Amino acid sequence: MSSPPADATIRNRTGPTMAWLRGQLRNIAPFATLLALAILFSVASPSFATFDNLANILQQVSVTGIIAVGLTFVILCAEIDLSVASLANATGIVLAFFTAQDASVNIANIPLPGVAAVVLAVLASLALGAVNAFGLTVIGIPSFIMTLAMLQIGAGICALLVRGQIAYNVPDFIATLGNGAIGPLPWIVVVAAVILLLGHVVLTYTRFGRYVYMVGGNREAAEYSGINVKLILAAVMLVSAVCSGIGGMLGVAHFGSAQQNEFDNYLLDSISAVVVGGTSLFGGQGGIGNTVVGLLVLGVLNNGLDHVRIDSFLKILIRGLILLLALIINVYAQRLRTREAAAG
Amino acid sequence: MAALAGVDFTLAKGEIHGLVGENGAGKSTLMNIIAGVHPEYEGTMRINGAVVKFRSIRDSLAAGIGMVHQELSIVPELSVAENVLLGVQPTNRLGLIDWKAMYREAEAQLSRLGIRVDPRAPIGRLPLGLQQLVELARVLFSGARIVILDEPTSALSPPEVDVLFSLLRRVRDSGRSIIFISHFLDDILHVSDTITIFRNGRRIATAPARDIDKAWIIERMIGAGHRELEESYTGEIMLNSRPDAQVVLTAEGLAAIGAFRDVSLQVRAGEVLGIYGFLGSGQLELARALFGKLPIAAGTLRIDGRAARLRSTAAARRAGIAFVPESRRSMLFAQEPVYKNVSVSILDRISRLWVRPSAEREIARQHVGRLQIRPPRVERRLNTLSGGNQQKVALAKWLTHLPRVLVLSEPTRGMDVGAKDDVMTIVRSLRAQGIGVVVVSTEPETVLSLADRILVMKRGTITREFANEVVSKDRLLAAA
Repeated sequence: MSSPPADATIRNRTGPTMAWLRGQLRNIAPFATLLALAILFSVASPSFATFDNLANILQQVSVTGIIAVGLTFVILCAEIDLSVASLANATGIVLAFFTAQDASVNIANIPLPGVAAVVLAVLASLALGAVNAFGLTVIGIPSFIMTLAMLQIGAGICALLVRGQIAYNVPDFIATLGNGAIGPLPWIVVVAAVILLLGHVVLTYTRFGRYVYMVGGNREAAEYSGINVKLILAAVMLVSAVCSGIGGMLGVAHFGSAQQNEFDNYLLDSISAVVVGGTSLFGGQGGIGNTVVGLLVLGVLNNGLDHVRIDSFLKILIRGLILLLALIINVYAQRLRTREAAAG
Repeated sequence: MAALAGVDFTLAKGEIHGLVGENGAGKSTLMNIIAGVHPEYEGTMRINGAVVKFRSIRDSLAAGIGMVHQELSIVPELSVAENVLLGVQPTNRLGLIDWKAMYREAEAQLSRLGIRVDPRAPIGRLPLGLQQLVELARVLFSGARIVILDEPTSALSPPEVDVLFSLLRRVRDSGRSIIFISHFLDDILHVSDTITIFRNGRRIATAPARDIDKAWIIERMIGAGHRELEESYTGEIMLNSRPDAQVVLTAEGLAAIGAFRDVSLQVRAGEVLGIYGFLGSGQLELARALFGKLPIAAGTLRIDGRAARLRSTAAARRAGIAFVPESRRSMLFAQEPVYKNVSVSILDRISRLWVRPSAEREIARQHVGRLQIRPPRVERRLNTLSGGNQQKVALAKWLTHLPRVLVLSEPTRGMDVGAKDDVMTIVRSLRAQGIGVVVVSTEPETVLSLADRILVMKRGTITREFANEVVSKDRLLAAA
């Protein structure tokens, strides 16, 4: 080409390490944050750095983690799903609705065998996810608005099914997965790890996963490459809904109850986990590895703040500030890459 | 090389002055200086005898110069009145916008120009011709004594052009001056009082419009010395079309809303069909429609004789159509390695559930070698490659499983000579392999250097076919 090859060599030599570091900012920053927080709390409190507490932290982030897997798919496509917590809640309640409850629980539920209840609950989450997918891809409603409506619909389904009551029973094997343990390891941590791993494998090693990155990286280019963009977008909305559903069922088992507004905190937590981990809100960059780090940052932060006995009101503020910091890094990392692209 | 060199230009009071020249001839640079966009220049500029020097657009506006760009600067969601009076809306005593007064004033001012339109209507819903008139009206109301119009007729239908022209004449007769830039020589000749021709940054000629004709202008636009600058294809070339070859794609009566209509064409195997037209003539949109990106409002499409309905780009790809758009940015994944860019269009052929990066790299390596993509490293992130090499990657996407029809939009735009040659070589080898290639461009050189047969589009329809005959740039320009 017209530019002499020597030119390119010189540019490469001006600092390949710096260039690499700049490109990796979104991966390095969350990890450094995690490390810094872990060291800080270990020094501040002797009860923080123990195996028991580590198990605690993992347990505390498990439900968020399961929900965050689906959300990672959605955010990688440069879309958003605000209905995840609501769908988790609805799915958990559907599960309880089809399980036999104690006589004291006054809801018109329909007891079914455990497997049937689980199948119906998963189908419910799939159906709600399909509505999200339809709205986004066929009607063309922006995902932000579509899933905001779905958030309300999910809350409405919860309200109608339990009518202000609290249900306690879920099928036995779900109860075990949500609340039991194998040896020292809680089952829910195992399930979360498996789903995170599955998400990682799908994103990294399957054709569908590749398409997710391509659609998120440059939607127009994906379309001009003959990828069925709408199909991919519909699929990620379904993945998100099913992950929310699984998180919801295990969450209900973990908490030991199914009621309205039980998962309200999980929307912000799961979005925070994905974004704090460094997955780009503009799509195409990041992955489950990032989400895992993001989950641990949030887990360590929440848990550690308890150990150092900080004013619980201040705790909320600190979480907000950490999230803001992550967003700044996210946007900054994006800008660095874009600038590099413009120069290259 | 300077974009402009030693140009004298005089605009008289109360005249319509047409400006013609090829892309890069210097028309836009001169207009940008006059409109204050380019503050860096040598020489002097006088308005009514007084020397002026504009440092910004604001300066030139204050001196009474207004410009209507090809890309209209209207706000489509706002009403006609809001657009006309943007920034100077009448306000009441509280400082709030006086809506009634605004609609009244806008309507009064527009009707004085002979434009009859509901001032409450959102301007984005009006036909393009009316939008243009409203924008022109806004420039006039802002007090402009000199109005510069850049390609105002390219997207207009003939009746709309007539309305525009009668408005321009009225403006001229009120003592204001108009500079009219266009590729449409018929329009320039029709409406201008004086015509100036630019070539290679110089003013070549200025003449009264009634004394000259189209051939005279084209001769001066292209120039005798031109042949040395461009390659041989600026002279006359013989088109060797292949009317006997098998037809792979047939379009009948294709139309897309606001872009083109009644387009019928055939693409033959082993043939390069060139489609040429000025910007806004509809050929770029036609290319998108052939790839299922732009919805087709009417007409039928057949591929290998079978009717094809292209509901999506994925459907078009499965039907055997490939497309490389004019902008690399909208074709490539800048953050991904070269091999993923090459394999994205064939993933479903080389893998089912699992991706096979080693197979992808191997395929990419073959293309990188054959197309001489530099550097030959398939792991390199795409945005570290030069523009020409990126363009080759965009082509390589479609070369593993050859399509039946390859549509290329502006395949050599912005390329240096070496990269252009490479692209030509690739296109010729594809033709030799029996692929129907469609090359769509706004640059005559691109079409002339690649095509075996040429269609000319003008204002959304095909107006002329060149096949098995001698064609040259001036004949192409004359047909467009």
